[in-house]
Amino acid sequence: MAQADASMMGAGQGPARAEKLVTSDGTPLKRALERAERQRKLVALGLVTPLLVFLLTVFVWPIAQMMWLSVKNDQIVSAIPRTLDELRTWDGRDLPGENVFAALHADFMEDLERPRREQTTGPMGIRLNYELSAARSAVSRTSRAVAGFEAPYKEAFTDAHRLWGDPALWRIIKREGRPLTLSYYVAALDREYADDGSIVQRDERRRIYVPLFGRTLYLSVVITTMTFLLGFPIAYYMSILPMRQANLLMICVLLPFWTSLLVRTSAWIVLLQQQGVINSGLVGLGLIDDGNRISMIYNQTGTIIAMTHILLPFMVLPLYSVMRTIPPSYMRAAKSLGATPSTAFRRVYFPQTLPGIGAGGVLVFIISIGYYITPALVGGQSGRMISNEIARHIQQSLNWGLAAALGTLLLAGVLILYWLYNRLVGTDSLKFG
Amino acid sequence: MSMPAYYTTKDKIWHYTFRVICFAIFFFLLAPILIMIPLSFNAQPFFTFTREMLTLNPEGFSLRWYEDFLGSASWRRSIQNSFLIGIAATILSTVLGTLAALGLSRSEMPAKGLIMGILISPMIVPLIISAAGMFFFFSSVNLAGTYLGVVLAHAALGTPFVVITVTATLVGFDHSLTRAAANLGASPTRTFFKITMPLILPGVISGALFAFITSFDEIVVVLFVAGPGQRTIPREMWSGIREDISPTILAVATILVLISVALLTVVELLRRRGERLRGMSPG
Repeated sequence: MAQADASMMGAGQGPARAEKLVTSDGTPLKRALERAERQRKLVALGLVTPLLVFLLTVFVWPIAQMMWLSVKNDQIVSAIPRTLDELRTWDGRDLPGENVFAALHADFMEDLERPRREQTTGPMGIRLNYELSAARSAVSRTSRAVAGFEAPYKEAFTDAHRLWGDPALWRIIKREGRPLTLSYYVAALDREYADDGSIVQRDERRRIYVPLFGRTLYLSVVITTMTFLLGFPIAYYMSILPMRQANLLMICVLLPFWTSLLVRTSAWIVLLQQQGVINSGLVGLGLIDDGNRISMIYNQTGTIIAMTHILLPFMVLPLYSVMRTIPPSYMRAAKSLGATPSTAFRRVYFPQTLPGIGAGGVLVFIISIGYYITPALVGGQSGRMISNEIARHIQQSLNWGLAAALGTLLLAGVLILYWLYNRLVGTDSLKFG
Repeated sequence: MSMPAYYTTKDKIWHYTFRVICFAIFFFLLAPILIMIPLSFNAQPFFTFTREMLTLNPEGFSLRWYEDFLGSASWRRSIQNSFLIGIAATILSTVLGTLAALGLSRSEMPAKGLIMGILISPMIVPLIISAAGMFFFFSSVNLAGTYLGVVLAHAALGTPFVVITVTATLVGFDHSLTRAAANLGASPTRTFFKITMPLILPGVISGALFAFITSFDEIVVVLFVAGPGQRTIPREMWSGIREDISPTILAVATILVLISVALLTVVELLRRRGERLRGMSPG
């Protein structure tokens, strides 16, 4: 690599000559060094590139694509371009004129000529149905009958399905006849478009997602607090024990950490269900009647207990590693200066554990806010979280736009929290085992 | 926690109360896992201890749930799938993750923070989001319901663990060793396999174990991306819990607990070895 010519280095000639330092093959030293530096940089990049490309392809890009689904809105635009053209001058109040219906007829006729897989009115019907129920059947019934329509088309369409005579449907077509939409986010925030196009809150009975986000946050806070309350004493206890004993107790923390999530969840089902170990034990001891077994699972209590158990190691591990580094002499000093044990703990010990509490707390909170499996298995109705709703929309209701919008909101929340976590402790502190 | 002689009665009471509280919490951590082990030998299809079991009558115990587990074709298939997918994903994520960690630990690495952020992201992003994204993407490229799809997905989820463990090992790595090797005429490849690899091997192996356990225990992505042909053990347990919950689940759980105990032991031994090698105190 870059080896400066020794004779020139050693000669001690003036600064004017020093700029012309060359390597043995005659290139100036500065350039040779730069090239070497660049090469090393390329090697480093080259080592990282395979994984980077891999993750960008199978992880980052799919998520970006999913987020795109939350604003993508081409179903109506590609199905009825002519109609949208004619609608541009519509005032949005009464039913549109005959010209619009004639364009709609032309659009439907053109769609009939396409091969079945490429037909566009089907997706349009599904899209409209998210905004107005029964719109799907209006579209599909019309598309079956449209070949027999004759002018005036306005009557023909309204005869085929009453919805075509409803200005509300036309307002939706006009509003959503754009390649991008915010309507999934509007729905995800429990809002809807009023007749005049403004965004208003849904009436109380139909609000689903905001309360669900609220419940998810509430459960995550409760679970984080529980893990803190349970994790702090045992982390402290382990930190004051000799290393050997502490490591032995550490196994009690690590074993659950390494045990399959489904094993731990089924363990709680076994323990908590009505015919389970705890209830049967209580009945056997005569503490409760056979008829009044306590329901501890398939509700919020079940979710909280099981998730606290599952996430407790994530709190204990960072807490313990911070507590190990706090010298016990500080507490002794505080006490010898006259502080009561509780004052010494509160003013001297506790503040030093804050980085661990912050790290563990944010970690547990981030994990629990996006948890899916445990709430789905032991949560019942009242223990459901936002992830369960996202999964439902992907697998059952097939409203992928709404699922993507909910997912994007969740992801944004988690990324903000992670950024905070990074500010608090830095990623370097992430360790396992 | 030995008790100093100057403790007052109040201190002593507090001392013992604190211990009781701590052991109650440790009990909370371990009991649910341990209680499944005896229950998995239940002769009856119940999730409670029968009278025979409590009186230690041999008739109360049986291996029927283990027979059920090993005798069923779908469970056997799921074991096969879990290991196949787990091992393939582990190899992929270990190779890619180790290379990336080597690159990241070089001081010349540009944009380190950003790249690290991307490489860690599969660990941060909620699984449901990753699963949803992969579901849409793999369906569009015809990888949904294939082994390759599940392996790629699991490899992506496992890489952060490899990157983090290997990077941590490389922090204590003495770079003058590789320079010495190069100085003595070894090619970069030879240096890597003769010098670097043996030194970072404990980190690589524990990263690989983390990647394996991630795949072995993963269920959310499997639910979305795998087809009926790729049902893994967690996927089979998921339907077992949701549809017909029988003590077979407990037999599976017991076996899985034993596997995790074995893995935990290996990781712990590797960690101690690694710390000894780097001259740190064991423990």
